[in-house]
Amino acid sequence: MLDVIWLIPAFPLAGFLTILLFGRRLGEPLAGFVAAGAVLGSFIVSAGAYFDLLSLDEQDRQHIETLFSWVPVSSLQIDMAFLADPLSITMCLFVTGIAFLIHLFAIGYMHGDPKFSKFFLYLNLFVLSMTLLVLGENLLVTFLGWEGVGTCSYFLISFWHHRDSAATAGKKAFITNRIGDWGFMLAMFIGFEAVGSVSYGALNGAAEAGALSQNSATAIAALLFVGAVGKSAQFPLYLWLPDAMEGPTPVSALIHAATMVTAGVFLMTRMNPMIAAAAPEVATTIAWVGALTALFAATIAVAQTDIKKVLAYSTVSQLGYMFLAVGSGAYVAAIFHMVTHAFFKALMFLGSGSVIHGMHDEQDMRKMGALRKFMPITAVTFLIGWLAIAGVPPFAGFWSKDEILLFALVKSPVLYVIGLVTAVLTAFYMTRQIIMVFFGEAKWTSHANADEAAHGEEALASTAHGEFKPHESQPIMLFPLVVLAGLSIAGGLIQLPSFSFIPDNWQHKLESWLHPVVEVGEASIKDSSAYDNKELLALLAIACAGIGIAIGVAIYAKHLAKPVEPKILAEGWKYDRGVSAFMGGPGRKAFEAIAWFDKAIVDGAVNGVAKLVTGSAGEVRKAQTGNVRNYAGIVGVGVVILLVWFVVGRGVL
Amino acid sequence: MLAAIIPTTTYYLVLASVLFAIGATGLLIRRNPLVMFMCIELMLNAVNLTFVAFAIRFGNIDGQTAVFFVLVVAAAEVVVGLGIIISILRRRPGATADDLAELRG
Amino acid sequence: MELLVFVLSSAMVLVGALGVIAVRNPVHAALSLVLTLFGVAVHFVSLEAHFLAAVQVIVYAGAIVVLFLFVIMLLGVDKAENLQIEPFPVQRWLAGIVGLGLSGLLIATIVRGRDTLAENEPLPASGDDNIRALARNLFSDHVFAFEFTSVLLIVAVAGTVLLTRKTSPAEKAAAAEHAARLKTSQGQKAEL
Repeated sequence: MLDVIWLIPAFPLAGFLTILLFGRRLGEPLAGFVAAGAVLGSFIVSAGAYFDLLSLDEQDRQHIETLFSWVPVSSLQIDMAFLADPLSITMCLFVTGIAFLIHLFAIGYMHGDPKFSKFFLYLNLFVLSMTLLVLGENLLVTFLGWEGVGTCSYFLISFWHHRDSAATAGKKAFITNRIGDWGFMLAMFIGFEAVGSVSYGALNGAAEAGALSQNSATAIAALLFVGAVGKSAQFPLYLWLPDAMEGPTPVSALIHAATMVTAGVFLMTRMNPMIAAAAPEVATTIAWVGALTALFAATIAVAQTDIKKVLAYSTVSQLGYMFLAVGSGAYVAAIFHMVTHAFFKALMFLGSGSVIHGMHDEQDMRKMGALRKFMPITAVTFLIGWLAIAGVPPFAGFWSKDEILLFALVKSPVLYVIGLVTAVLTAFYMTRQIIMVFFGEAKWTSHANADEAAHGEEALASTAHGEFKPHESQPIMLFPLVVLAGLSIAGGLIQLPSFSFIPDNWQHKLESWLHPVVEVGEASIKDSSAYDNKELLALLAIACAGIGIAIGVAIYAKHLAKPVEPKILAEGWKYDRGVSAFMGGPGRKAFEAIAWFDKAIVDGAVNGVAKLVTGSAGEVRKAQTGNVRNYAGIVGVGVVILLVWFVVGRGVL
Repeated sequence: MLAAIIPTTTYYLVLASVLFAIGATGLLIRRNPLVMFMCIELMLNAVNLTFVAFAIRFGNIDGQTAVFFVLVVAAAEVVVGLGIIISILRRRPGATADDLAELRG
Repeated sequence: MELLVFVLSSAMVLVGALGVIAVRNPVHAALSLVLTLFGVAVHFVSLEAHFLAAVQVIVYAGAIVVLFLFVIMLLGVDKAENLQIEPFPVQRWLAGIVGLGLSGLLIATIVRGRDTLAENEPLPASGDDNIRALARNLFSDHVFAFEFTSVLLIVAVAGTVLLTRKTSPAEKAAAAEHAARLKTSQGQKAEL
């Protein structure tokens, strides 16, 4: 199966082309099933590749499949090639698997939408781009996928483009991503200049062997991190992710929780020898940016009222955790957290989609409440996701977060404290969310009256007694929720730590699987004091989760204290407004200056050359008098000159 | 003493050169089209003189044959040229070479 | 003796040439041309080209100059031309360069090379008189050129007749309409 790993992007490509040509004829829901089928095909091939890799020795677990020579330009030789190694196959597995589940969910969620087949067109294009990104053997194939997912993100965020806010959000996402892409491109250029190739083998090999100067490695690693900051929504380029919630919920689940935003973490992990060869300040910066972003986003999530915005800021925060892991040298922990986060965040996004669907497109949490009675399956699965993200064992989130905190402590105690505080806040705001949505009193009766007036007949039809009632979603939407809930429970098994009560052959499975990919960059903490006390630290993490949950319950369920939701947090520390003010004011002046330069000087030079030519031609034109005698005179002078040349040149005179 | 000097080829060539130069200068100075044509005839005569001088110097009759052809072609040229001048001067009586400046750029 | 002949006929040639270019009245210029042609004919005789001397007088002086005079009289261009005024001052300079340069350089070259030319002038090789020799040469070595020349003469005559005929009213109307059409298309092109 390793020979045909090109099928992994080929299936979604075939799906894309089929829906492009026949989408309207296929219609609903067949277009959706075609798309889902294509992704399922990719998942099966990924699974096959996984088992093939398992059968190889640990050192040989790397297979490169070259399709064709893509850029053959003398010293720059880039092939369209795919690299199947533990890291890329892991990414493929969970990307295609979760994408398949989300496709099924979307078939139900997008029911009745006039642009149904177009949605799945874009979804398949996205899966194609994402698989290209992770399977790429060199930076350029990855960049192709990188740009592709950015483009699909734009398409899908502004899917309901007749809404101004959606169109703007799409543009914002694309442009902010572009800033990061600039860093990626520069890194590619420097990499080529230093090593003569952009393939991972060449770059990482040079970094490992010490053939790369520290300056080059630092530049490449830092610039790739800039790209990751844009794609994975870290500070300061995170502001597109909350606005991206304008897109349909399956999009938020797939792109902005599970897959696209993890591309940055994937890139960092792929280039871990480069980070190891760079100056140590690079890793430290990555860790600090991650930690501060995690804390920053968690504080904002505390005050949000839109059900999806809470999850969006939560995603930014959890991505911060992943970068904290990367910066601390815990690449395995970062990938572990990426996988578990994909499970429970996608679960919660899909759950919120189910809630929104059942509440007839209501997204404000203040108008929800007591939904567990009306949407039992959604509620149970969402609660499982909640426990996972809060870090309650034995759910998946606890194991991955605990491992990250361990490495963070070894890196710096301050980072560890920031991580702990963020964990408390995470537990707190997630508890707040589930209480507001699923427990407490039903606050949607007032909404019901407004809803009835607006929707009239539709509301009447949905209830027997002319009253608005939220309803559970269809089975096709519930099935993915159940599967993801199961994964959120069992996900921790892939990387269990070396606690005494866990049998040896169950420990560190992901680590041994990923070992050949990350062995250069992975920090070794086995000799630190933190490692010796890891059971204690685990208990501390559980305690933080418990504190967060307790405070949340106390404020929102038992009403023991007033809720503290300062306006500044709700406005995201006014960061968005600050950026707009800057870009509208001094930023604009700078852009206008550059535009002036282009028009006056660059265009001026070109036009000046043209004017010079016409001017001189105008002068030369005066020689054409039209007078025969002048012409004859000039002919005569020419004859005389020729004679002079002959006479003098041949030495007659 | 003077009678002993026999004009050699060089004398004839010098005369022909001067005649040619006079013809060229006249072509550039005069404005009347017909007089310009006559200056062309001067130049052709200078050339004929050169040919004949060389013919006798080298004992080759080809020079005279060349003069024969030059004569014939000059006659044909005069015919056609005067025809053109007549056509032009019929439309614009009293025109000189300076007035025919349509090719002015 | 030969020298005297040479000097006299050279004087005729040069005076006539200067007359052509310096005289104001075109009729007088034509008559100066005749003088030049006669001088050249005398030179031809002294250079043993008798036939050509005859042809020169008959064709050049007898036909071509007469043609010139016909046209001058026909068109009434016998008004004198004022040589003092010159609308293009640069023209005088060009004429000066050409005249002096040409004559100077040519004379210098010829004078320099007179030694190579200075061997004894051989007499004509064959015993034939001039006409026979010329005819023999013309009709054997250069017969093709001769035939083409006759074609050239016919073409010249036909062409001149065509050029100078008076157009009938129908032709005049057609030509006027063609010119009008040209003008509008040019006007459209100018608009673009």
